Amino acid sequence: MSPQTLAQPAASPAAAPTLAPMTGAVATLQALVAEGVDTIFGYPGGAIIPIYDALYDFKDQLNHVLVRHEQGGIHAAQGYARSSGRVGVALATSGPGATNLVTGLADAMIDSTPVVCITGQVFAHLLGTDAFQETDIINITTPVTKWNYQVTRAEEIPEALAKAFYIARSGRPGPVLVDITKNAQMQTFDAPEYEPCTHIRSYRPAPVVRREYVEQAAALINSAKKPFILWGQGVVLGKAEAEFKAFVEKSGIPAAWTILGVGALPTGHPLNVGMLGMHGNYGPNVLTNECDVLIAIGMRFDDRVTGRLDKYAKQAQVIHLDIDPTEIDKNVKTTVPVWGDCKETLPLLTALVERKAHPEWLARFNDHMAQEVEAVIQEELFPTSEELTMGEVMQQLNEITGGEAIIVSDVGQHQMVACRYAQLNHSRSNVTSGGLGTMGFALPAAIGAKFGAPDRPVVAVIGDGGFQMTIQELGTIMQTGVDVKIIILNNQFLGMVRQWQELFHQRRYSFVDIQSPDFVAVAAGYRIAGQRVDDRADLRPALARMLAHPGSFLLEVMVTKENNIFPMVPQGCSVAEIRLK
Amino acid sequence: MDRQEYNITAYTENQVGLLNRIAIIFSRRKINIESLNVSPSEIEGIHRFNIVIVETEEVVEKLAKQIEKQVEVLKVYFNTNADVIWQEMALYKVPTDVIAEKVLVERLLRENGARAVVIRKDYTVFETTGHREETDNLIKALQPYGLIEFVRSARIAIIKASDGFHHKLQEFERREPSEEVAENEFLNDREQVFTM
Repeated sequence: MSPQTLAQPAASPAAAPTLAPMTGAVATLQALVAEGVDTIFGYPGGAIIPIYDALYDFKDQLNHVLVRHEQGGIHAAQGYARSSGRVGVALATSGPGATNLVTGLADAMIDSTPVVCITGQVFAHLLGTDAFQETDIINITTPVTKWNYQVTRAEEIPEALAKAFYIARSGRPGPVLVDITKNAQMQTFDAPEYEPCTHIRSYRPAPVVRREYVEQAAALINSAKKPFILWGQGVVLGKAEAEFKAFVEKSGIPAAWTILGVGALPTGHPLNVGMLGMHGNYGPNVLTNECDVLIAIGMRFDDRVTGRLDKYAKQAQVIHLDIDPTEIDKNVKTTVPVWGDCKETLPLLTALVERKAHPEWLARFNDHMAQEVEAVIQEELFPTSEELTMGEVMQQLNEITGGEAIIVSDVGQHQMVACRYAQLNHSRSNVTSGGLGTMGFALPAAIGAKFGAPDRPVVAVIGDGGFQMTIQELGTIMQTGVDVKIIILNNQFLGMVRQWQELFHQRRYSFVDIQSPDFVAVAAGYRIAGQRVDDRADLRPALARMLAHPGSFLLEVMVTKENNIFPMVPQGCSVAEIRLK
Repeated sequence: MDRQEYNITAYTENQVGLLNRIAIIFSRRKINIESLNVSPSEIEGIHRFNIVIVETEEVVEKLAKQIEKQVEVLKVYFNTNADVIWQEMALYKVPTDVIAEKVLVERLLRENGARAVVIRKDYTVFETTGHREETDNLIKALQPYGLIEFVRSARIAIIKASDGFHHKLQEFERREPSEEVAENEFLNDREQVFTM
């Protein structure tokens, strides 16, 4: 077995100012501290015991949150990263501990979330022998990590972790996994002073901005009669909310968001025309196929956004701003590609665009919104029927929080309702599993989001199905005392699949009828306060009670069983074929 | 768009696991790799992947971008066969007695530019290099004379228009990329050569 080496030779010892003998385990934790990590989410096990042993002496510097399942650990790390804008860290042991991270890695990969996972691994001399709890986590996670690396010698640890953090947070962020064999954790070596990584020769985090493309884009925008902005999470990841707002306000162009981009511009902003995609707003979908210039910023034209691609915005000239060159022309052909970090490109573009307003064009969006309110929204938010709707829960929540809360949603009908109707005044206020659609994401992500933004209220909105996928994380809430408000929107169905079965499979409800435990009693078992709401009269007081409650609270709201999410772009249809009912 | 053979050339770090990271870019999209060769490059410590696939230009361009996106990949080019000099090597094992007896075979080998690598009493191993048709032709020719074993290597290819990687590497090693590096040849003129 040849020793693995990092791509670039380690800094020569002569260059390092000080050398201190320490174990690989201690070096691992020192690296975390040096990278500014304050919270880690993890679960111990055999192959990572040396790091946990070292952690015993780092209690003052690192807050370790003991989760109940490694999937919960990585989702919490994702929630932490999403609410704080910092790198989330998850710790797990080898074998099953490591494989339990895979769903979270895939989720973080597709949603560009900066996460560093550290896994224990069997002794280097046992690699490939089918040792106890050995699994080839490097090869398992290669498709779902931005980078991964197996450390087999303690000397490699500082540099491997420095690279891990640099890669996770730079450019288009993503998950990184560092697998550390047990011998490397235990081995004592002379550690140089920790040096953060700032450059890897084979890695270009961001392409350099090319001015002529910015100029071409500005010219196109200035000549447009019906320009339309689509923005995604790139604005948030680039911490470019202010630059984005300035661009939107100067150009006067209506702007719509993907569900990961929401909040970068407040939902109440006059030029924020709503949500894109399959269950997005009526106007943004229909008018995508009417605009003359489409300006996509930090978004990747996911199929849930575009619907049928060969009928998507064919009439429009497309300007695409993205930090990731592989996104340009991937799904939608670009007229002008503006490569680069939008924090850099947006101000350049703003400087060149004319200050304008597009009152008639904007009015088209407002007209469509009026139609949507009449057909869908009014009844969803202010129902005249006896049964409660998901939308009215969000409406009441908005009225109480005033849009100040972080909303963490799971996956399914309730997610669409939460994203469509949540009032969000600030960026980093919507945490949801967008690309992967991971049921079970919300509860652990909400825990992480609260650790990442301890001063903000965190409300998890979860369905009865998804909640049961990671229900064990109530134990994490109990043990840490973290203040997470949980709303379960219980329609007694796996609602989104039921909706598809109703609309496209002749109401053949195949295994979507899900029974649930008494959620309030389950919460009580974890010493978490709770309440169940069946009647409209109780909803507002219960929400107020939940938000005023010191500490976590679980609110189960029984909603109408067979409600459908509309508008909807049926699969295989163009965005212009969006249905209001 | 027409599918044809494309030669993808990737300059990479020498890193365990990188082969897999690159290979899954193809397998994820259910694209078969026709030929794969990994070798040193003109620069010590930098590896060169030669990958051959049959695809449309649009698909190849996207694949090239995806490969170049990997952290340990420095640079990726893709070219049609017309833009590269390429060779494959083949070995043929045939019974020595047949070769010795039949003058025809000897002429055949000469015509195909083959040379003997090993001559033993029981068998002889010939080697030839060339394009696929050339190495294929010799199989067909030798088949009637009792071809015992045949093997062909992956394709290696040199890009006609390339002036090597030395000066590109210098730019990669600089912390601040120069204007030249920032240049996006592909987007400039939509040439077949892709570069970031």
